[in-house]
Amino acid sequence: MEIHFDEELKVLKEKLLRMADGVQEMIGLAVQSLVKREKALAEKVLELERGINLSEVEIEDEILRLLARRQPAARDLRLLTAILKINNDLERVADQACNIAETAFYLLKEPPLKPLIDIPNMAHLAQKMISDSIVAFVNHDAALAKNVCERDDAVDQLNAQIFRELLTYMMENPSSITRAVDLILVSRNLERIADHATNIAEEVIFIEEGKNIKHHLLDEG
Amino acid sequence: MPIEEVMERQLEINPQAVSKTGESQGLTQEEIKISVKNLHFYYGKHKALENISMDLRPKKVTALIGPSGCGKSTFLRLFNRMNDLIPHARIEGAIRIDGKDIYGKDTDVVELRRKVGMVFQKSTPFTKSIFDNVAYGLKILGLRDKEIIHQIVEKSLRGAALWDEVKDNLSKSALQLSGGQQQRLCIARALAVGPEVLLMDEPCSALDPTATARIEELIFELKKQYTIVIVTHNMQQAARVSDETGFLFLGKLIEFGNTDKIFTKPDNPMTESYVTGRFG
Repeated sequence: MEIHFDEELKVLKEKLLRMADGVQEMIGLAVQSLVKREKALAEKVLELERGINLSEVEIEDEILRLLARRQPAARDLRLLTAILKINNDLERVADQACNIAETAFYLLKEPPLKPLIDIPNMAHLAQKMISDSIVAFVNHDAALAKNVCERDDAVDQLNAQIFRELLTYMMENPSSITRAVDLILVSRNLERIADHATNIAEEVIFIEEGKNIKHHLLDEG
Repeated sequence: MPIEEVMERQLEINPQAVSKTGESQGLTQEEIKISVKNLHFYYGKHKALENISMDLRPKKVTALIGPSGCGKSTFLRLFNRMNDLIPHARIEGAIRIDGKDIYGKDTDVVELRRKVGMVFQKSTPFTKSIFDNVAYGLKILGLRDKEIIHQIVEKSLRGAALWDEVKDNLSKSALQLSGGQQQRLCIARALAVGPEVLLMDEPCSALDPTATARIEELIFELKKQYTIVIVTHNMQQAARVSDETGFLFLGKLIEFGNTDKIFTKPDNPMTESYVTGRFG
């Protein structure tokens, strides 16, 4: 029997995937604007944000409609509530990308403080976490989602390392403080992006296995 | 004070809680299949429906919801004049289908009921074979060509999503079918005579959830060709299948509009109370 609801869910998932594509593009552009020192890339990030915001509202409306009209149960219910949260996480990731782009506008006016090595590495890790969490969502792959959650620690460590390193720059040379603080903010933005990827991965595990692993609830038994 | 009394009082205080006509919906003549204007209906002295105006769009599903006794079935039956035979029943106002007043003097009631088919709460197959159940209306209409009758029976059974289950047993008694199949047979029977409008009065209330889901999926298919009006006391069903929903209470149309809106942010607090299960 053809189920009309399945078709509606498919359309909703496609919308979410398009939004995820846009968000990933924004992270890439934001970091590239810093690395390549190109202002146009940062401008492009801000342009893309409007579309993401519209998608967020559209997806939210659609979920509200489906909850009211379809009264989903079991997996369908988990899926819809999870998409509602993933939608929010993706929009927050887009906000973080915008923050990086805005910081870039300032940093590009100043001479470079140091060659950027750890920040692009961190960006790469965070981006891969986002893309893998989305792949896990599409492929119903709880194992990959768990793997994404485990990678968050590496990003946190890089964030701490970048902070320590920039602290030494600031102690040595007070005129570097503004630029160093901005780079710390960028690092912090990337760390938050990885956190959102972890949230998305946790939602995927919830959809697939019905288990809530947030805040290590399962570890505590 | 019981909640129903509170609601009744609110209705007295807030009588503007009534319907939208096509004009306020901004519909053109082509976008209206059934137009109801200032409709009142009485059983003797009892006023069962009061001043209802609404426009139903073609090839859409319109659901009528409301607590028992609110007049929704009475209202539905007016669309093919099923209330004509009730003694002392009286109608005021107009119901137009394709612009034509169905209570006008020149209306052929038999032709009206061909054009406006009906499916009831309890499936009502005749004690005949599956084939004869669907062919019955065609024979009444004077059709004799067996080949054509066979084609229409097959098309109708396909239209009602029953063909694959019965095609090898068309001569079997209709009474041997399951409840859900019998209801789909009644839909096929209604489709056979080529209606434009299908009225459904609680079509799933006697069915289990699986059979209900099949009928609901069928409704999605049928609306590509037919204008459907469905009465249901199952609010969730109205939410699932309909494009537009009308909420009736004490014979008045309290709110009528897009189903998404009725079930997510209705305008009227009475509608809100009803769809959230606070009363009714």
